Amino acid sequence: MITVTDLRKVYRQGKMEVVALDGVTLSVPKGSIHGIIGHSGAGKSTLVRCLTLLDRPTSGSVSIDGTELSSVRDSEIRAARRRIGMVFQHANLMDSRTAAGNVAHPLELVKTPKDKIRTRVAELLKLVGLEGFENAYPSQLSGGQRQRVGIARALASDPEVLLCDEPTSALDPATTEEILDLIQDLTRRLQLTVLIITHEMNVVKRVCDSVSLLSRGRIIEHGALQEVAGELDSKLARALLPLPPSEPLHGALQRGPVLEILFSGESAKEPVLTGVARHFDMDLNVLAGSVETLGGQQFGHLRVQLAENADFDAVLHYLHERGISAKRVAADAAAAEEGAN
Amino acid sequence: MNDIFSNPVLARALPEAIMETLQMVGISAFFTVLIGLPLGVFLHVTAPGGLRPMPVTNRILSDVIVNITRSIPFAILMVALIPLARALTGTSLGPIAASVSLSIGTIPFFARLVESCLRDVHHGKIDAAQVMGSTNMQVISKVMLRESLPALVAAATTTVVTLVGYSAMAGLVGGGGLGKLAYNYGFQRFDVTVMIVTIVLIVVLVQVIQLVGERISRGLDHR
Repeated sequence: MITVTDLRKVYRQGKMEVVALDGVTLSVPKGSIHGIIGHSGAGKSTLVRCLTLLDRPTSGSVSIDGTELSSVRDSEIRAARRRIGMVFQHANLMDSRTAAGNVAHPLELVKTPKDKIRTRVAELLKLVGLEGFENAYPSQLSGGQRQRVGIARALASDPEVLLCDEPTSALDPATTEEILDLIQDLTRRLQLTVLIITHEMNVVKRVCDSVSLLSRGRIIEHGALQEVAGELDSKLARALLPLPPSEPLHGALQRGPVLEILFSGESAKEPVLTGVARHFDMDLNVLAGSVETLGGQQFGHLRVQLAENADFDAVLHYLHERGISAKRVAADAAAAEEGAN
Repeated sequence: MNDIFSNPVLARALPEAIMETLQMVGISAFFTVLIGLPLGVFLHVTAPGGLRPMPVTNRILSDVIVNITRSIPFAILMVALIPLARALTGTSLGPIAASVSLSIGTIPFFARLVESCLRDVHHGKIDAAQVMGSTNMQVISKVMLRESLPALVAAATTTVVTLVGYSAMAGLVGGGGLGKLAYNYGFQRFDVTVMIVTIVLIVVLVQVIQLVGERISRGLDHR
């Protein structure tokens, strides 16, 4: 369990103060994976540096299982760091060390006996599926294999928390899947608390139990994946269930009202659209849609064109009665969308 | 060709000159690495943004000592350091005395090369080492020096090659060795054979050093 409370980091650039983190609060329970998503410049790197104590936060606290990390004395900072294992975007392995040597590195730092290192390294390499690669140098490994070594190294000191900074951003799609599977598997097996910092929504969809959206140093939305995905107005839902590019909205709006619908869970299994068509005896036209399984639950996000003379409020009422969020797409939304494109 | 083997100067003075050159280069290379390596590490680590920034000390060492020493032409530095050589070795003549000024002349040069080798170690590796709980000394020994070892060997090779050149100059002011041989016989007596033989020997020496250095560097490089 990792808890971050009101974390602030202010940098000084000459006379200017730059607020990189502006009161970040989050909490991740043991055995679960939390995604932190944000554009570059949102404060992701600063957050990582504060969590690993490479930088001291200006105020606020970071604690693991109730032990305060952010205020430890300098002499204890190294022991505190060993409670967090870190996986980097480019693995950051030592080129002069073999796979086994890299995994042994954190163990050497605390003078672990040689034979103990050997058995532990073999165990860890097996855990990440790299048996037989003990003597390979990083240059002889593929990107995915290097990342596996990086994960094994991060786990060497038996950390409670695994912090992954863009762990798959440098990998191809197939390898990304493999590495995410591995992280998910390890989380369950070792009961780790995992934080994944990423800009890829796909990573969040694939493995995260909960997610936070970081923007300008603040967490502007957060929650379990199923919760945030079920809210039609949230930015995260729009990012998790993006609508594919389709006909410009203002064109569609001229033909009749446009409705945006979000199904989740049980409601996603019911034939709602045909229900509306039959109930109101009118034709519907699906303009765009996306359907996903997130956190084991079905989600659907649709943009639907209604007939020109449709009783909009009645349709909305019908949908809300069945636990489906829906809203009318207004002309100003169309303008905003065009602006964004 | 016969000339080379029958030349009395070469027969008598060449073996001794070779030994003196090797001695000068060997001794000063040893001290250059012994002092220049820690100095280079210190310059890198105490620089702004380094592992342990010490702005004032770094400024003094970097600007005052290293840059001033490096900006004095070696021929002049060598002469200026004769009193120091005498104080340290009891004499101002011979290869051992010359090694004092050779070392002092090349230590700042090597330290700068070391500094730049360390700067090339990817910062992510240092982050990784710190996150796993390394002390600063462990970062220096297990990451910075270990990861830049191939580059450091290449830098040492360049330094030793430079030392061969400097040692020839040192020969002129009492250091002895191949430089003195070439100057005394080749220049002052116009003995072309001696001149050519010494040049060839120096070239061969440089080639051997370069070759061995590159081999070692490549053997250590796993990138």
